[in-house]
Amino acid sequence: MLSVASVTKRFGGLVAVDSASLAVAPGSITGLIGPNGAGKTTLFTLIAGFEQPSSGTIVFDGTDITALPAHRRAERGIARTFQIVQPFAGLSVVENIAVGAYLRHPRRADAQAKARSVADFLGLNGMLDQSAAALTVAGRKRLELARALATEPTLLLLDEVLAGLNPSEIRDMLPVIRQIRDRGVAILMVEHVMQAVMSLCEHIHVLAQGKMIAQGKPAEIASHPAVIEAYLGQGAAKRLQAAPSGGAHA
Amino acid sequence: MIRAYGPALALIGLAALVPFAVSANTVLNFIVFALIIALAAQGWNLLGGLAGQFSFGHAAFFGTGAYAAALLQTRYGVNAWVAFALGIVLAAAIGWVIGFLSFRSGLRGSYFALVTLAFAEVLRILANASAFTGGAAGTLVKLDVRPENFQFVSRAAFVWIAVALVGAVLLMTIAIMRARFGAWLTAVRENEDAARALGVDTLAVKLKAITLSAAITGAAGALYVQYFLYLDAGIAYGPWISIEALIAPIIGGIGTAFGPVLGAVALHVFGEAAKLVAGGVPGIDLVLYGLLLVATIAFAPDGLMGLLMRLGRRKTKEAR
Repeated sequence: MLSVASVTKRFGGLVAVDSASLAVAPGSITGLIGPNGAGKTTLFTLIAGFEQPSSGTIVFDGTDITALPAHRRAERGIARTFQIVQPFAGLSVVENIAVGAYLRHPRRADAQAKARSVADFLGLNGMLDQSAAALTVAGRKRLELARALATEPTLLLLDEVLAGLNPSEIRDMLPVIRQIRDRGVAILMVEHVMQAVMSLCEHIHVLAQGKMIAQGKPAEIASHPAVIEAYLGQGAAKRLQAAPSGGAHA
Repeated sequence: MIRAYGPALALIGLAALVPFAVSANTVLNFIVFALIIALAAQGWNLLGGLAGQFSFGHAAFFGTGAYAAALLQTRYGVNAWVAFALGIVLAAAIGWVIGFLSFRSGLRGSYFALVTLAFAEVLRILANASAFTGGAAGTLVKLDVRPENFQFVSRAAFVWIAVALVGAVLLMTIAIMRARFGAWLTAVRENEDAARALGVDTLAVKLKAITLSAAITGAAGALYVQYFLYLDAGIAYGPWISIEALIAPIIGGIGTAFGPVLGAVALHVFGEAAKLVAGGVPGIDLVLYGLLLVATIAFAPDGLMGLLMRLGRRKTKEAR
């Protein structure tokens, strides 16, 4: 449903994303991983329409959306969350979610009802009237997710929704992400928590220094030499192979 | 519905009764003037309070509304009521143009404030120099006291018109705050990137806000010239009105429906009281405005509305 074809983004002399391609199948969870500074978030902002690519095309549901601004992409069904959560601090939780819900429900009562049902789904129903600024980190991550879901997307872009959560909060979040997928929303996620990526994603793309270096099923990616090198440094894959028992020679 | 609009309707009703209780011209004068400022402040509040785009040049809209209403009558013989309406339309148009130029180029915060100030100053200098506007001598609207000329023997009529305008904008503001447009304005104020991600066309929302804001402040200008029948560049485009239009909402409660009205009335009651006490010292009311502004920002950042809300909560707590 989403296909990114050899997209490049230059910031002055820096090539942040270098001819990267990826695809997201309907109803799937696709992962986008890579070392720090690989260009994952830049690629995300290109897909969400916050930046225009220097070259390449982005096709969503059969239409070329490369030139569309962010709000028009949201209308078409692409929602995103932010790596650094961006709540409307002056608004309550339910009002925050309602801003997203207004996209498909122009009437206040409908938008509020939609916001409540999304809040319910994400376990935010106990704090509807709290100020968004008063939420915990985990609460804000859920709010970020709730707002995006309230726009009723068909493709959800998750930028490190698990970052900053403790292990038990991550355990609580994984089934939520699966449930969103089961409701028919395709998900593309940037994530550093590898356990989560390996257990959630059906397909993974690996970005390093702006280039796509590998893609495939989680198991293939975990043993892919290029991926190991990108994460652990040049020659790491060979050294690991030379010592298959793992660390015996150290 | 009653909970949302009840207090506003009650306030409008009360205000409309004032001319029956008071007949002193000085008091009615004071009320009309305070309401004109309130109207200008309501316009500012829509853009600055709800959408978070702080303008320092609402004089551009006040003056355009005022000059259009005056010049259409004196130069083209347009009926005063029609001129009043056209004044509002022209102010809105100026608002759209200034908004388009500055929002299109992504100006925010203090940059936007400076650009609006520059526009107002340019208009002031042009109006002061041009023969079309009467230059430095200003423009007089011919005294011809007939209702069809938007001129009335009794000041009460002006009070009612001002109350009707302020009341209409008050109800409209409450309606906006309860509607999708209001949610989008707040979203733009709080975080533009997050708003865009949720499908909000932030440029369109800001343009609508500044156009509506300019129309309201333009109405205040048109009402001003109709009441005082005289205008010069300093009154129309001078910084005084830009400052009044932003101080009143900040003192009353920024981003609230009642704030600008409350703030404008409080500010002018305070100013008049200061003049009574300090008497002859020229400009003493302006000095006190400044002190009041500093005190408000330091001790009551949510303005008078914020203070009232806190008081209300304490009362309900005590009642329990």
